[in-house]
Amino acid sequence: MSRTLQAPVTVAFDYTRSTGPVIGRFLTGLRDTTIVGGRLGDGRVAVPPPEYDPVTHQAVTEFVELPDTGTVTSWTWVSEPVAGQPFERPFAYALITIDGADTPWLHAVDVASPDDIETGMRVRARWAEERTGSVNDLVFEADGGDQPGTPAPAGGEDVSRIVTPVSLDYHYAASPEESSFFRGLAEGKILGQRCPKCQKVYVPPRGACPTDGVPTAEEIELSHVGTVTTFCVVNVPFLGQKIKPPYVSAYVLLDGADIALQHLILDIPADEVRMGMRVEAVWKPRDEWGTSIENISHFAPTGEPDADFDSYKHHL
Amino acid sequence: MRDVAVVGFAQRQMKDFDGSPSMAELLVPILAECYEQTGWTKKDIGFWCSGSSDYLAGRSFSFVSAIDAIGVLPPVNESHVEMDAAWALYEAWVKIQTGEVDTALVFGFGKASAGVLRRTLSMQLDPYTMTPLWPDTVSLAALQARLGLDAGLWDETALADVVNRSLTDAEKNEYAVRAGGSSVSELLARPMFADPLRKHDCAPVTDGAAAIVLAAGDRAYDANQRPAWITGIAHSSDGLHLGTRDLTISGSAQRAAAAVGGTAGVQVAELHAPFSHQELVLRSALGLGDDVQINPSGGALAANPMFSAGAIRIGEAAKRIWDGSADKVLGHATSGPALQQNLVCVMEAQENGSGK
Repeated sequence: MSRTLQAPVTVAFDYTRSTGPVIGRFLTGLRDTTIVGGRLGDGRVAVPPPEYDPVTHQAVTEFVELPDTGTVTSWTWVSEPVAGQPFERPFAYALITIDGADTPWLHAVDVASPDDIETGMRVRARWAEERTGSVNDLVFEADGGDQPGTPAPAGGEDVSRIVTPVSLDYHYAASPEESSFFRGLAEGKILGQRCPKCQKVYVPPRGACPTDGVPTAEEIELSHVGTVTTFCVVNVPFLGQKIKPPYVSAYVLLDGADIALQHLILDIPADEVRMGMRVEAVWKPRDEWGTSIENISHFAPTGEPDADFDSYKHHL
Repeated sequence: MRDVAVVGFAQRQMKDFDGSPSMAELLVPILAECYEQTGWTKKDIGFWCSGSSDYLAGRSFSFVSAIDAIGVLPPVNESHVEMDAAWALYEAWVKIQTGEVDTALVFGFGKASAGVLRRTLSMQLDPYTMTPLWPDTVSLAALQARLGLDAGLWDETALADVVNRSLTDAEKNEYAVRAGGSSVSELLARPMFADPLRKHDCAPVTDGAAAIVLAAGDRAYDANQRPAWITGIAHSSDGLHLGTRDLTISGSAQRAAAAVGGTAGVQVAELHAPFSHQELVLRSALGLGDDVQINPSGGALAANPMFSAGAIRIGEAAKRIWDGSADKVLGHATSGPALQQNLVCVMEAQENGSGK
């Protein structure tokens, strides 16, 4: 058995960015099947145009429309492509100096093997039929022979923003201490650990006590009953929400623990939840359990009298 | 300027860390080792600064979880950089220069194996013209390598020489995740990975963490009998756009070296070169001659934990001062694609101007 519990996690977000006038001019050009360069302070033409000259730091304001052909200045063979790259099969990235430009542009070249590309090779843009104003509106291929003509410009308003979806895959591991907590949940137990220095009982246990900087050690099986120390009423809908608002998310200080656990308080109207309320864990049916805090569906009132403020004031 | 020295250093490097991406449980023994070396406790540390990235961890605020390893009640004076811990060291050095604190502990950590590292690193590129193409960091380095090959600045044998020397030296480094020299001809017989680079030309994906302790003036002698005095530290960056840089040289490394007054007299240099050809670029940019011993630790080709490999270069170089085997050393760190950002830290056995 691995020391830790692990699970795949995908973190994804669509980044929306305004382009500004320089990148906007460049991306509008790509949408309209034209490669646009920018003139630098020393007269050289750069593709893509930088917003500011890398040496003088002056704004780049002069644009040059260039042909969609160029020369390979450097290249590499991507033998094992990763997700999101222009091709799912092996391909070449290259630095391509567009005809009329002085600085090379990083892009992909569609060739069958590393034997089919070399420094100095002539390449030509192959434009996508549907273009949005993105560097993905084209790839490059060897120039020469029969090639389809350039599609007609799409036209329309200038590109002023782009959306770049980013999705990253991880193999996420809980710490060894957290792993023992999740393994306990799979057996219907809530496990904490005591810090050897400050003697506080943490749930979940931690790789380092945040007060003392040492791992928690001695395992403590905790009660399933505790006290609401603080809470909030969730009124705002959000993506992935499983319960209809309003509902209550609370800190529950389990009896015997020094650190509260965050969970839901249900089976009671949201406006009746209060600090000091005594609650107990409501577990899902056993056949739905995994190594997850979701084994506990929520916490519900026990009906006991509220706890004295003094009994939890040091745990807020 | 205050005289500031490197007085403590601890590291862990491994292929695959079986633990959380915030790595608090790995940092605990590393910090303990720093306390043991210096005879200090956390109360002796005036400032803390870490280097890490949530993109690597795959979770938000991973650096906040990591500071659990310090033990932060009562609160500590703390900061963070989204860069290699070498830049955290720079921030700490500046903090000490302000006079606000006399000591600092910097650390970096990263669990690169949690994701696909060469892909994750696309997140550091220009988000308009590069990220949508997902250029992986190995491909970008390979484009740089071929520019130098085509220009005759280096050849495949020179790259294999770097690899062979690094992996031979790495045999003596307990933290190397790749080690074992062979021969140039054997290395060149291996298949291409990202033509013109072979896998051994590229640093191995490495998990790890490291910490360095800094101290000013007499506090340094408190902690270390032969402190590694920082007599020059500087960093510089090249522009965002790959095409407007000359990738066969490193302007930013040259500027950093010039800012520390050059590298004359340096006996040992630990260079953070994650790709074999980048060592050649750096040697030239930093003005390091053939008489300078390069990467006795094996360097980044033996182990390259993101966010601590640069700091480890500074720590490894400092160790050569501590053990008396050198009087002037250089630690270098890089960040960004194809050596975009570079930091140089020159350390000597004698303090600026004085010497004790």
